[in-house]
Amino acid sequence: MASLEDLTGENQSLYAKRRQVFPKAVDGTFRRLKWGIMGIALAIYYITPWIRWDRGQYAPDQAVLVDLANRRFYMFQIEIWPHEFYYVAGLLIMAGIGLFLVTSAVGRAWCGYACPQTVWTDLFQHVERFIDGDRNAQTRLANAKWGRGKITKRLAKWSVWLFISFWTGGAWIMYFADAPTLTHDFWIGSAAFVAYATVGVLTATTFILGGFMREQVCVYMCPWPRIQTAMLDEKSLLVTYKDWRGEPRTHGRKRASEGALTGDCIDCEQCVAVCPTGIDIREGPQIGCITCALCIDACDKIMSQIGKPRGLIDYCTLDDAKIERSGGIGKPVLKTLLRPRTIIYFIVWASIGLAMLFAVSERTRFDLAVQHDRNPLFVQLSDGSVRNNFTINIRNMEARPRVFEIAIEGLPKAQIWDENGEHQTATQTIAVATQADSVTKVRVFVAAPGIGPARSSFSMIMRAQSNTQVADTEDLVFERPGGGQ
Amino acid sequence: MVESKRIDQPTGTETVGHEWDGIEELDTPLPRWWLITFYASIVWALGYVILFPAWPMLSGATQGYLGWTSRGQLAAEMKADADRRAPILRSIAQTPIDQIPQNERLLRAAIEGGNAAFKVHCVQCHGSGGSGTPGYANLNDDDWLWGGDLATIQQTILDGVRQPDHTNTRFSQMPAFEGILSPPEIDDLVAYVRFISRQQKGNAKSVQGAALFSTNCSSCHGGNGQGLREFGAPNLTDKIWLYGGDAETIRTTIRKARFGVMPSWRDRLDPVTIKMLALYIHSKGGGEASPSADNADPKKARLVNGKP
Repeated sequence: MASLEDLTGENQSLYAKRRQVFPKAVDGTFRRLKWGIMGIALAIYYITPWIRWDRGQYAPDQAVLVDLANRRFYMFQIEIWPHEFYYVAGLLIMAGIGLFLVTSAVGRAWCGYACPQTVWTDLFQHVERFIDGDRNAQTRLANAKWGRGKITKRLAKWSVWLFISFWTGGAWIMYFADAPTLTHDFWIGSAAFVAYATVGVLTATTFILGGFMREQVCVYMCPWPRIQTAMLDEKSLLVTYKDWRGEPRTHGRKRASEGALTGDCIDCEQCVAVCPTGIDIREGPQIGCITCALCIDACDKIMSQIGKPRGLIDYCTLDDAKIERSGGIGKPVLKTLLRPRTIIYFIVWASIGLAMLFAVSERTRFDLAVQHDRNPLFVQLSDGSVRNNFTINIRNMEARPRVFEIAIEGLPKAQIWDENGEHQTATQTIAVATQADSVTKVRVFVAAPGIGPARSSFSMIMRAQSNTQVADTEDLVFERPGGGQ
Repeated sequence: MVESKRIDQPTGTETVGHEWDGIEELDTPLPRWWLITFYASIVWALGYVILFPAWPMLSGATQGYLGWTSRGQLAAEMKADADRRAPILRSIAQTPIDQIPQNERLLRAAIEGGNAAFKVHCVQCHGSGGSGTPGYANLNDDDWLWGGDLATIQQTILDGVRQPDHTNTRFSQMPAFEGILSPPEIDDLVAYVRFISRQQKGNAKSVQGAALFSTNCSSCHGGNGQGLREFGAPNLTDKIWLYGGDAETIRTTIRKARFGVMPSWRDRLDPVTIKMLALYIHSKGGGEASPSADNADPKKARLVNGKP
């Protein structure tokens, strides 16, 4: 990043060239937590599309499937139709509020642990260390002239990156079609063009964002750090360098032994060396800090080596920092999590979730939609009665064929029949057979005596023959001549 | 003006060399990306001029190496669409019209095709919903002058009604009774027709009209006025009137007679379109079942027999 001299000195410049980051390997509590979350996140991502879920013969047996071609979204026992997209909207709202909750409770934990950019960058950095060696070796290699050794290592590293990127894109498309079939089709070259295009684009973005752009995505491209900065308050957990304990810094213990006033920080720069975004946490909270806490691990290790208590760099709220600076003792971490703001976020988040669960469990899996034919609105029949035509759409949202009964109510002496029926033998109900998980469109005819008001209200009531408890009612109007058509 | 180009110190950029009251202008070079895009556009334009029609000439324009024209593209797209529809149109052509309703896919396609053709050729008289106007039949109802099963409708469309100079056209002619019957007799007939269509109560005039009806009208309209499809003679007892059922209109009809004409479409439309039109009209709600023996549906057979 640009230093002050860059902006004010002789060679002032508005452009700061990227300083490449070579983060050092580190081990510790948070590194292990990061390993664990990375493992879980990648496992969820790669394995989910391969989970099978039996829905019977009429629906796909993939547990999680976004079937764009047939406009269905399957998630275990929940199936969502396009008109129920508000459930997806609800999930997105929950994800948003969930991020608010996480941010107000534990700061930028999303950035540090779970964000795909972080997870894949982390993965790529491990590959990098495996091939190029740790920080110093990487720096040497970067500065080395292009020779056989460097080319070999670069090609090896980029190949592994490309391989991972390819599987990242490859796993993504599995969510949108039957995974085993698509895998087969993909390799014999008969999958849809969009599948290859998606894999191509995602391979490229993973390779570029994870391999080369890395922390620049977080610092320059991603809007989320900016939003989070507004969401953080003095009670949010931040990775904090406890300057009141660390300053003034010393280079080693020599000065301390000479009796000078020294802090615990020995300026070993380990916190800078391990930082995946290349910042110096000792400069205070900053947008480049994704709170991955690797500097805590690095610093804790040094502190134990020089015999000082751990936590010179630690998760700490701004409030606690103020207390500790004036000699007090901050609240334990768990206590900072429970406060009105986090509780309110949690209640809102959980209420939306519970409301959606309730709505999903209570929803009817069929729907009747009726459209009155408008040209003509009514037809005079020879026996003096009047006929109205309707186009009805029946959604059978269960994965089995069902027969529905549609009855007319509120129209005396009316009859209903469909294209297979006839006026003479028509009754007050018709039965419509529907395919599993489909919309059935039927034209129906309703006839009623011609003597009556120009517009009379009536209803069509639909019930499944297999379960007559639940009904869907459509309120309609029967038109007769003289209605000022 | 004196050329005094110099390097501007703070920016390191050369000036254009002009100076107005101490104000100079930087000669900032074009951004590299812009320049590359600009040159790429020129290359693109060269390729475009070679491949596609570009230069206007005295008559027409340069053809372009690819020979592309928008008319050609339209023709190709129309042909592609015709090829797409060809198999189903061929099936419709090959299947007897009575059997098409048994094939859901053919039926839907035919009804859609008929709907499209109806909007071009038929709406001028029958209205966009096919609900007719006085003198032009409503195709939605269950009253048919010449018959409402598929084959009969198809026949009516093929040969028309009272199409001049056409041998197979449906033909009948009601005499104009003005001059044959006296005005009071015509009034009696009007009273009778309005009586049998239950628009007014019987009275002395309608009783006299009954006798006149049986002498003058029953040969076509039937003894009870129930009509006769062989002559396209309407049923006078139902609620549906082609020209109107009020006393004045009935009187005019009897005095002047009616001579409605529908063109024959045999030479104007292809057989598949006519077939699809018949299926569309039949699907509008008033279609009758086919009387043929090979119609397996007993319900529909009964419907035919149930017709007066």
